Amino acid sequence: MSGATVSFHNTAVPWQLPSRGKVAMASLIFAESAIFTIFVVAYLFYVGKSLTGPTPREVLEVPIFFTVCLLSSSLTIHLASKFLARGKQSGFLALWLLTIVLGGLFLYGTGQEWHRLIYEHGLTISTNLFGTTYYSLVGLHAFHVTAGLVMLLMVAIFGIAGRVGVSQSERIEVLSMYWHFVDAVWVVVFTVVYVLGR
Amino acid sequence: MRTKSSASRFLVQTILLLFWSATGVWASAPGDPTPNATNIFAPASTPAKSIAHLSVFVLVITGIIFAIVFALIVYCLVKFRERTTDAGREPAQVYGSTQIELAWTIIPILIVVVLFLASARVIHAIQDAPEPPGALEVTVIGHQYWWEFRYPKLGIVTANELHIPVNEPGHPTPTFLQLLSADTDHSFWVPEIEGKTDLVPNHPNRMWMDPQRTGIFLGQCAQYCGIQHAKMLLRVSVDGPEDFAAWVHAQQQPAVEDATAAAGRRVFERNACMNCHTITGTAANGRFGPDLTHLMSRATIAAGAAQNTRDNLRLWVKDPSAIKHGSLMPAMQLSDADLDAVVSYMETLR
Amino acid sequence: MSSNVITIPGIQIEAMPWVDEFHQWLTTVDHKRLGILYILSALLFLVIGGIEAIIIRIQLIHSHNNFVSPEVFNRMFTMHGTTMIFFVAMPILFGFANYLVPLMIGARDMAFPRLNAFSFWLSFFGALLLYFSFLGGSGLYGAGNAPDAGWWAYAPLGARAFSPGHSFDYWTLSLLVSGFGSMGTGINIIATVLCMRCPGMKLSRMPLFAWLNLVMAGMVLLVISPLTAAQIMLLIDRYLGGHFFDTQAGGSAVLWMHFFWIFGHPEVYVLVIPAFAFLSEIIPVFSRKPIFGYPVMVAATVSIGFVSMSVWAHHMFTVGMNSYANSFFAITTMAVGVPTGIKIFNWIGTMWGGRIQFKVAMLFCIAFLFQFLIAGLTGIMQAAVPFDWQLSLSYFVVAHFHYVIVGGILFALFGAFYYWYPKMTGRMLSERLGKWHFWLFFIGFHLTFDVMHIPGLLGMPRRIYTYEPGRGWDTLNLIVSIGAFIQAIAILIFVANLIISYFKGAPAGNDPWDAWTLEWSVSSPPPAYNFATIPTVASRRPLWDQKHPEDPDSRYE
Repeated sequence: MSGATVSFHNTAVPWQLPSRGKVAMASLIFAESAIFTIFVVAYLFYVGKSLTGPTPREVLEVPIFFTVCLLSSSLTIHLASKFLARGKQSGFLALWLLTIVLGGLFLYGTGQEWHRLIYEHGLTISTNLFGTTYYSLVGLHAFHVTAGLVMLLMVAIFGIAGRVGVSQSERIEVLSMYWHFVDAVWVVVFTVVYVLGR
Repeated sequence: MRTKSSASRFLVQTILLLFWSATGVWASAPGDPTPNATNIFAPASTPAKSIAHLSVFVLVITGIIFAIVFALIVYCLVKFRERTTDAGREPAQVYGSTQIELAWTIIPILIVVVLFLASARVIHAIQDAPEPPGALEVTVIGHQYWWEFRYPKLGIVTANELHIPVNEPGHPTPTFLQLLSADTDHSFWVPEIEGKTDLVPNHPNRMWMDPQRTGIFLGQCAQYCGIQHAKMLLRVSVDGPEDFAAWVHAQQQPAVEDATAAAGRRVFERNACMNCHTITGTAANGRFGPDLTHLMSRATIAAGAAQNTRDNLRLWVKDPSAIKHGSLMPAMQLSDADLDAVVSYMETLR
Repeated sequence: MSSNVITIPGIQIEAMPWVDEFHQWLTTVDHKRLGILYILSALLFLVIGGIEAIIIRIQLIHSHNNFVSPEVFNRMFTMHGTTMIFFVAMPILFGFANYLVPLMIGARDMAFPRLNAFSFWLSFFGALLLYFSFLGGSGLYGAGNAPDAGWWAYAPLGARAFSPGHSFDYWTLSLLVSGFGSMGTGINIIATVLCMRCPGMKLSRMPLFAWLNLVMAGMVLLVISPLTAAQIMLLIDRYLGGHFFDTQAGGSAVLWMHFFWIFGHPEVYVLVIPAFAFLSEIIPVFSRKPIFGYPVMVAATVSIGFVSMSVWAHHMFTVGMNSYANSFFAITTMAVGVPTGIKIFNWIGTMWGGRIQFKVAMLFCIAFLFQFLIAGLTGIMQAAVPFDWQLSLSYFVVAHFHYVIVGGILFALFGAFYYWYPKMTGRMLSERLGKWHFWLFFIGFHLTFDVMHIPGLLGMPRRIYTYEPGRGWDTLNLIVSIGAFIQAIAILIFVANLIISYFKGAPAGNDPWDAWTLEWSVSSPPPAYNFATIPTVASRRPLWDQKHPEDPDSRYE
C-alpha cells in the first residue's frame, strides 16, 4: 500500500487555498498595527500631561498638503497595480514612480515640520511628554514610510529595466497592501496628533 | 458579613484556625524571640480579616473542585487502563457529547459568578471605605531602601518603624496611609495587618488599617526596588492609647540637647551628615536620608538590617556597605575619634 | 507498507565529511532541521537557566546566607526568568511547531523557509546578546554586568538613573531582536497552516496540534508587538532623553506595567497553548480513542486566545487601580478559567472508556493533568482580588507560575520528546531511563513547588536575596532547595537518555505508537521532501482510515 491515504472521492472541487504572500502580509500588518496601537495609546494617555514646554496647540500646524500627497499615493499605487494586472507595463511604471514621488514629498514634509519644531520652537524628543510621544509616533510612521519607499524603489529599478510584468502582479499586490497600511496608519496618527491631541 | 449566621461564622473561624495552625506550625523556630509571625491567616485588622475570610471561602471551593477532578482522573486511570486481555482491540471511538460539554461549561460559569461576587464585595469594602473623621493619617514615602513616615497633623517625621494606635471595639481609630515614592516602585506589606499596596512614583496610593490587638507586626517591601530590596524591612508597633499618646508626645519634641555629646554634634554638623539627615532643633535638615531626631526610639537601624546597638551604629556610620551593601549612604571616612564622638551623640537622640 | 520515500535502487549514498554536514546545518532552510536547531539551543539554555536556578536555591537554603552577593543574586533571578521564557520555552515550542506542522498538514515545508531560518538565527543571536552582558555589560565602572532589574524591568528601575551602564540595554536589545524572530515564526506558521494544507484537509480536519499552533501564532503577533513597542520607548528614554516612563517629568511607571503585562500575560498562553497541542495529540493515541469534543477544543482555544487579551492587569492588583478596574480584571481572569477547564475535562473524556497505555510520554501527560489543574486553581485563588493583595509578589505566585510552566508546560514538553523523538531520529528513547527521569522529576517538582506555596502564605516576598530568621521560612526553603537538586538530577538523566538513545536506541520504524496523523506515514526520520506524493485526506485521522478501512472516521465526521 502506498503511503498516500484514502483518495478524495470528490475531485470535481478544486483545492483552493489563499495566497501565501497575502496571508503573510496581512499577518505582518496585524502585528504592526499592534505596535502602532501601543504608541497611540501612549500618545493619548499623555495628552495634556506635560509639566513644561510647548503644547501641541502652540506649535503644531496641520500638514494638509503632505497628507493629501500620502493618501493619494494609495490611489496611484492601486491604479499601478491594476494596470500591471492588465499587462500595461508603461502605465504601471508611470503610476509607480508617481507613488514614490508622492511618498517622498510626504517625508520631505515631515522633515520640514520637524526642522521648524526643533529650531523655531525648541521642541525635541526630550523637551517634555508631548515632544517624546510626538516624535516617537510620527517618527515610527515615517520610518515605515521610508522602509516602504525603499521597497518601492527596488521595484522601480526592476521596472525600468523592464523586468516587472504580469507574472509579478501578485507580488506587487502584496507590496501595495503594505503601502495602503502605511497610509491607513497615517490617517490614525493624523487624527490623534492634529485633531484629538490639540 | 453582618448577616452571617453564627454557625457559618464558627465554620469560617474554625477553618481559618486550621489554616493558621497548619501554616503557623512552621512560623516559630525554636529559641526564637520574634514578636509575631507574618502569617496571612492570623489577621489582626479588619481588612486583613475580610481578606482571610474570603480566602477561606475560595480555598474551600477550589479544594472541592480539586477533590472532584482528582478523583475523576484517578478513577479513569485505574478503570480504563489497558489490560493484557485487550491486546489489539480498539475501544469504542467516541467523538464527543454536546450534553456533557454543556454541563461542564455551565457549572464552571456558575462557580465563577459566585467567586466573583464574593470578591467584588470585599474589593469595594476595602478600597472604597470612607475615611472617618479622627482617623490617624500617615504619609509613607518609599526610598531605596528605607521607609519614611510622616504624620502631617501631628508634626512627626520618623523612619522604618511605624507606630499606630490599637482599635478597641466601640472606639475605632483606624489609620489611613497615603503611599508615595521618592524613587522606584516599592510595596508596603505587613501580612497580619493588611494586604499589600504598592508605592509607585507619581501615582499616590491609599490604604487603611485598624489593628485590633497590640504588639509588634513585621513585614517588608514586596516590590523589587533594587539591590537591597530584601533589607527594606517594616516594623509596625500597635500601641494602646496611653502608649501611643506618650510616643506621639515624645516624637513631637525637638532633639534632646545633651552637652556631653557636643563634640559628636560638631562632627555631625561638619561632615555633611546634615545634608541628608534631619535632626529637629538643629541646623540639620536634609531629607534624602531618615530623620534622626529620635533615632534611639527605634529598635533597629538601616530599615531593620541591624539591631540598634552602639556597635552596629558605629559600624553603619563607618561603612554602611558592611551592613547593607548597595545602600545609598556613603562611607564618610571618619577617624576613629570622630566616629566614637558622633555615635555617642547619636545615642543621645532619644 | 512503503515509507512514502523515493528510493533509487543501486545508488550508494556516502556519509558526508563533517565539515559539509556542519555547513548544511548552518545554512539549512529545512523546517525539520530548523526545528531541531530550535530544540537543541533551547535545551542548552534550559541547562544554563537551570544552573541559575540552582544558584538561587543554594543562596536561599537558609536565612542570612552568603553564597552569593546581592548583586549576583539579583542578576541570577533576572537572567533565569528572561532565559527560561524567551530562550527556552518559546524556542523549544517553536521548534516542535516547525518540525511537526508541515508534516501534519501534508506539506513539504513551511510557507517561507528562508524567513524560518532567519527567525531562528535572530532568536539565537538574541540569546547570545543577553549572555554577552556578563562580559560586556560594564559600561560604567561597577555598574554593569548582567541585567538585574527583574525580567519585567519595572519602570523607573529601568531608567538610566537607576540602571546605569549597559546591562539593561543588553536585556532590551536581546529581547527586541529575538522578538522580531518570534514575529517571523508567527507569520510563517499562520501562512503555512492557512495556505499549505494538503488536498482534503479542510480546517475542520486539521490535527488539533495545527489548530492550536495557529492560535498561538496569531497571539504571538498580537502580543510580542506591545513588548517591542515598550522596549523602543524604553530605549528612547534611556538614549534620546525621552520621558515615556520618567516619573520626574510626569511620565507614568504604571504605563510600563500595562504595556508589559499586555504582552506578559497573553505570552504565558502563547507558551501553554502549544503544550495543550502536545496533550491533544498524545493522550488520544495512548487512550486509543479520538480526542473528545474536537470542535469544542478548537472553540475553547480560540476563546482562550481572545479572553486572555483582557486579563493582563491581574498582575497589577496591588498597584492601586480603582475598585472597578480591579473587579473587571477579576471577572475576566476567572472567566478565562472556564474554557481552560473545559479542555481539561475533554482530555479526561478522551481517556474515559479508552485503553490507557502508560508509556513514559503518557505518564508525563497524566502528571500534566493533575498539575495543571492545581496551577489553574491557584490562579483562580489569585483572581479573587483581595486574596491576591496578600498573595501577590510573594512566593505563592512564584510557586503558582512554576507550577504552570514546569508542572504544566515542561511536563508536556517531556511527553512530546518521548513521543516524537522516534520520528525525529529514527530511534526510541529508553523507557527505563524515561521512568527514572519521570519519577525523579515528579518527586523533585512536588517537593519544591508544593512546599513553595507555604512561605508565600507566611509572608515571604519574592526577589529577595536573603530573608530573616524566625519568620518560619527556613525549613521550608531548605525543602524547596532539595527538590531543586532532585530535579537537576532528573534533567541530567533526561539528557543522558537523549544522547544514549541516539546511538543505541531501538529502531523506531515509521509508526511506533500506532498513531493516526500524517507524520507517522513517513519514515523516521522523514526524508527531506517529507512526502513522495502529497497525500489527500478525508478525515481528521487519515491513518486510522487507512488502518480501519471498514470503519473510517470519514463516515462519522
